[in-house]
Amino acid sequence: MTTTTPTDHGTASEAGRAGTGTRATRVIGIAAIVMLAWLTLFGLVLSPADRDQGEAVRIMYVHVPSVWLAYLAFVVTAVASAGHLFGRRHSLGFDRFAGASAEVGVVFMAVTLVSGMLWGRITWGVYWQWDARLTTTALLFLSYVGYLAVRSLEGSHAQRARRSAVIGLLAVLEIPLVHWSVRLWRSLHQEATVLNTDLDVQIDGLMLFSLFVGVIAFSLVFLWFVLHRSRAMALADSMDDRRLDLAVAARRAETGNG
Amino acid sequence: MDDAGFILGSYLLTFGAMVAFAWRTIRIGRRLGRQVPDEEKHWR
Repeated sequence: MTTTTPTDHGTASEAGRAGTGTRATRVIGIAAIVMLAWLTLFGLVLSPADRDQGEAVRIMYVHVPSVWLAYLAFVVTAVASAGHLFGRRHSLGFDRFAGASAEVGVVFMAVTLVSGMLWGRITWGVYWQWDARLTTTALLFLSYVGYLAVRSLEGSHAQRARRSAVIGLLAVLEIPLVHWSVRLWRSLHQEATVLNTDLDVQIDGLMLFSLFVGVIAFSLVFLWFVLHRSRAMALADSMDDRRLDLAVAARRAETGNG
Repeated sequence: MDDAGFILGSYLLTFGAMVAFAWRTIRIGRRLGRQVPDEEKHWR
């Protein structure tokens, strides 16, 4: 039996053009880098130290946008999963968007957990406590690691999409539990300063602005990552389809049915 | 600045994770992109 592989289209010099970037993603990427530079300036230099937390508050300017991005990513995963499951065409585009978003969410949930541990070491004196917020956040992280593991199981693209869409719709239900865990159980973790249920925002203007810059910067980062990753997943699916077509053609040629 | 190591560490960790993931994302996209014809790239 002959070994068949998909053709190599283009050379290394064409790699930039051959990739997943477009003018739009380049603009988003540059905007994200500019906003991240602003975030670093405001977070580390211009914003004041907190009355209670002191300098440790500076970790908030990367910790809060990280968890914002992770929540956003998991909600987008759920919406795209619903788009796949309930859409008339059961589009695999929705599935790839869901998968790409979940990947980004997992990365930033890991960042949230570790940056939170560094903040906890300064503020509480320990890296980790089996506290309601920390434990539910760790469970949310593990749920989406599981989601990604299910995506990598054997099966057709349609099977992958259906299985993972169900998990994507179930796992997102953990987010309200994580967010309100500090109210539902006695928790070491502080309540939300900005998105609290009393709608009572008590924070210095420069601190709020720094958080705002962080949220915008991380949202741009999310958009850049999801566009690139979903396109890369489309390429990977295309390669799978071509490998299957070539294998079927080779098999038919062998048996004389081609 | 008090606890500078932890504070700077959190920024390095965050930006380091972004750079590493972006590097992996671009590398995979380019590798796959060379093997798939342009007409199958809906974003082109």
